[in-house]
Order: sequence, then structure tokens, then C-alpha cells
Amino acid sequence: MIQIIDLTLRQGAFLLAGVSLEVPSGQYGVLMGKTGCGKTSILEAIAGLRPIASGTITLNDRNITRLAPGERGIGYVPQDAALFRTMTVYNHLAFALELRGTDRAIIDNRVMALAEWLGIEHLLHRRPAGLSGGEAQRVALGRALSFRPKYLLLDEPLSSLDEETRGSLMDLLIGVREKRDVTVLHVTHSSVEAERLADVRFRLVHGEVIQEG
Amino acid sequence: MTAAGANARFYLALSLLGGVYVVLILAMLVADLSFTSPGHLWEALQSRDIRYAIRLSLISCFVTTILSLWVAVPLGYLLSRTRFPGKAIVDTMVDVPIVLPPLVIGISLLILFQTPPGKLIEEIMATRMGFLLTYIVIPSIAAVGVSLLLRQFAGCKYVLRLIPPIAILIAIVLALMGPGPWLNQNLQSRFGTRITFQIPSVILAQTAVSCAFAVRTMRVTFDQISPRTEQVALTLGCTRFQAFWMVTIPEAWRGIVSAGTIAWARSLGEFGPILIFAGATRMRTEVLSTTVWLEFSVGKLESALAVSLLMVVVAVIILLLMRTFGLRGGVA
Repeated sequence: MIQIIDLTLRQGAFLLAGVSLEVPSGQYGVLMGKTGCGKTSILEAIAGLRPIASGTITLNDRNITRLAPGERGIGYVPQDAALFRTMTVYNHLAFALELRGTDRAIIDNRVMALAEWLGIEHLLHRRPAGLSGGEAQRVALGRALSFRPKYLLLDEPLSSLDEETRGSLMDLLIGVREKRDVTVLHVTHSSVEAERLADVRFRLVHGEVIQEG
Repeated sequence: MTAAGANARFYLALSLLGGVYVVLILAMLVADLSFTSPGHLWEALQSRDIRYAIRLSLISCFVTTILSLWVAVPLGYLLSRTRFPGKAIVDTMVDVPIVLPPLVIGISLLILFQTPPGKLIEEIMATRMGFLLTYIVIPSIAAVGVSLLLRQFAGCKYVLRLIPPIAILIAIVLALMGPGPWLNQNLQSRFGTRITFQIPSVILAQTAVSCAFAVRTMRVTFDQISPRTEQVALTLGCTRFQAFWMVTIPEAWRGIVSAGTIAWARSLGEFGPILIFAGATRMRTEVLSTTVWLEFSVGKLESALAVSLLMVVVAVIILLLMRTFGLRGGVA
């Protein structure tokens, strides 16, 4: 369960006050709202990348409000994929496991399995520079899921893709949802994505989160 | 008018305007070449003074480059990524050496080492250098090495925290059992020196100016790298330091190489501050730019030109080396 209680974010003139939402365990939550309304800020706050003024964030009743990002166990896919320019696709998928000191053989197995599921085995030795938008998003998704987090945050993962690529990536995300082992919060401005993916839908309007069912 | 004709005219106009400068550089080099000969160059290389100047130039520029990067990488990162009170002032201060006349930097350094704190530092450098190297610098470097080995082979996580105790342990071992006193004495007689009008003043004068250029370059470099990748690295389990070291530094590699190149080139050409702060003593603080001036001032134009051309050649070689190396190490 991802739960936000009475969250307040402030940066310069930007203010988002009293935001609350809850995504039940294993469910796929979609947060909608206009560009620039603060959706990304909410994701960053959950991931621990943005200081919060007040409020509480809990994951399965564990209060993570003050934890360092790495200790939260959340997979994060930012809007622009933000791949590591100097690393190969393999390095991306292995990075989090290497940090945890996982055995080389286990890393190899996990990377291969993940790459196969994402359909990017043929790209393992490429660097981000030559990847298409869809491929980059797959790598970013794989990197976020590589250490098997219980929670996944997606920031408009499909918005920069063409129609066809979007469809195939959407199928992947539906796959993530069907497995039911990660709780997802997916931010988007597209109602089509919300229709197809959401178990629970939220809309951020004038700084307030409304649950839509 | 056809599109192709308009294009041609446009590029021709730009080429004429810009080309003037390229022609000027070429013309200067050709003029230099026409006034000197391989014989003059050979003669210059035979001189013990000039050979010393070449060596000192190469060594001091290398040390300056390392020192400049050592400061520029963290400072550039702070200026690019953080907001802190007084940032505008720091930002302006860093530009001061760029806009200040070089002579003024030399005088300022000279005056600085006439103040009580400056004199104290000179005194320590002159009398306690062996001690500093034996009991602080060497143990610290050894401790960093040991902790890295521990991380590599024993899976030890808290590398940074291990460094101080290990360094203290090594220092104690050196002092009590090992060759501490012997090292102290030898390093003191080898490296113990005053600053003003000695080799350290050359390096300090070069660093004072070069570092400013390196900081600028590093700041622009970090400005161009999205903080996003570092943030993602944090969510994947990196500490701040790991994210910086494993993600941001590799992405900044090209910038680091250019900052180093600029610092190196600036320090090779440095003259004004060195003349005032380090003097122009042969076989002591004479670097190549000083040589050119010394030879020129006694009317040996051929020799001055030969050394100038030598500097051009050395600079071009180093720039090419750094560029190739930088391109290979960086990303496409």
C-alpha cells in the first residue's frame, strides 16, 4: 500500500497543500492532472527526491517520510527515462543488484530474464545514445524493477512515444499489473492510459486529489 | 537569385569575417618559423637552464592541473547543483582571477605571504614538510588504498569512515616501529622549502589563475548534466557519494578532461604572477614563459623564438593527447 497523508510541498512560489491518496497493495493507481499541476512533485516526494514541508508517506504502514531514497525500496521511472549515458543496457539492469553485492551469476540470470521479458536482449551491450524512445523506456522500466521493489512510480512513461510503441509498452505495464507483486502509482495526463491500466484513479485538480473510483 | 547562390554568398561572408583570425594565427606561426631554424632550437635545447625550465614547466603544469581539478570538480558541482546563502558572492569571487590583471594576482600572492598567517604557512613548509608528508599525507593516501582494498575484497561498506582510524594507525606504526624518523628527515631535506621565490610559488601562481578556468568549465559541465540520473541512482540504492562517483562523474568525464586541458594550457602560458611572486631565477623558478622573457630581454631573439616554438609544439601535443584520451574515455 502506498499512502500519502496530508502532504504539503513548497518550492518558491509553488505550493501543494494537504494532498492525501492511497493505493492499496498490489493495485495499479493512476494519477491524472494537467501538466505543471504538481503530479511529478508528488512522485518525487514519495521517492524521497524532494523535501516535504509536512505530512506523512507510508508504504504498508511503514513510515518512510524521513528515509533516504535508497532505503525506501521504490522503483522510479522518471519522465525522460534518464538513462546513464556511460553505461550499457546490461549495466543499467545490473546496477542496483551490484550495489547490493549480489553474486555475479545471480545478476547475470536476473538481467537475462528481465531483458527477455522486456524484449531488449539484443540491446544489452548498447549504450543509451542509439536507443529509440520506446527502447529507452523499457530499459528505464527494467532498471526500476531490477531489484524487485514492492513499489513502482511511473512518471508519464508513455507520453513521448508514438502510437505503436505506446501500445506495446502499455502491454508490458498491463503485465506488471497482472502479476500483482508491485504496487504502482502511474502519473499521466492521458485518460486512455488511465482507462486501460488503472485499478484506482485519482485526479489532481487545483491542488486537491480526488479519487475517481 | 538561386537558393544555392544565396547559400554560397552567406557562407562566403561568414568565412571572410571569421577567416581573418585563422589567417592571423597562421601568419604569426609562419613568421616565428621564418625567424628561427632547427639549429637555434637545438642550441636552445643544449642549454642547461632551458632544459631545467622545460622540466619545471612540465612538472608544475601537471601539478597545477591536478590541484585545479581537485578544487574545480567539487566547487563546480556545488555552484551548479545547490543553492546556499552567499552563492552569488562565491560565484563572483571565482571569476575574479579571470578578470584581474595577472600582475595584480602576483602582487596579491606576494603580499599574502607577508601577512602573519602567510608567514606561518611558509615556516611550516620550510621546517615541517617532512613531518607533514610522513605522518599525514602518506598515511592518508595509504589509508584510502587500504579501505578501497577492504571494500573490494572483504565487502566492507563504510569506506569513508574507515579512512581516519587506519591513517592514524599507520602514522603511529611509522612513528614507533617503522622508518618514520628516517622518512621524515629525508623528505624534509628533499621537499622542505620556503614558498615565495621557490618552486611552490610557481605552482601557486599558476593554480591561482588556472583553477578559475577549471571551475567555470566544471560548472558548465554539471549544468548540462541532468540531475535526474543522479536521482534515479539514489532510488536504486546509491548513497549520495556513490551516485556522484558512479553516475555523475563518468557523465562529466569530457568536461573534466577539458577543464584539465584548459588548466594545463593556462598554467603553461602563465607569466605575470610567476615573475612577481616566484621571480625569474635561473635553475630555480624559471619556467618556459620566463625563459622567453629572459632571452628576449638580453636581445637573444632567436633563442626566445626557439623556446616559443617549443612551447607551441608541447602545447599542441598535450592538447591532442588529452583530446584523444578524453574522447576515448567519454561517451559518444
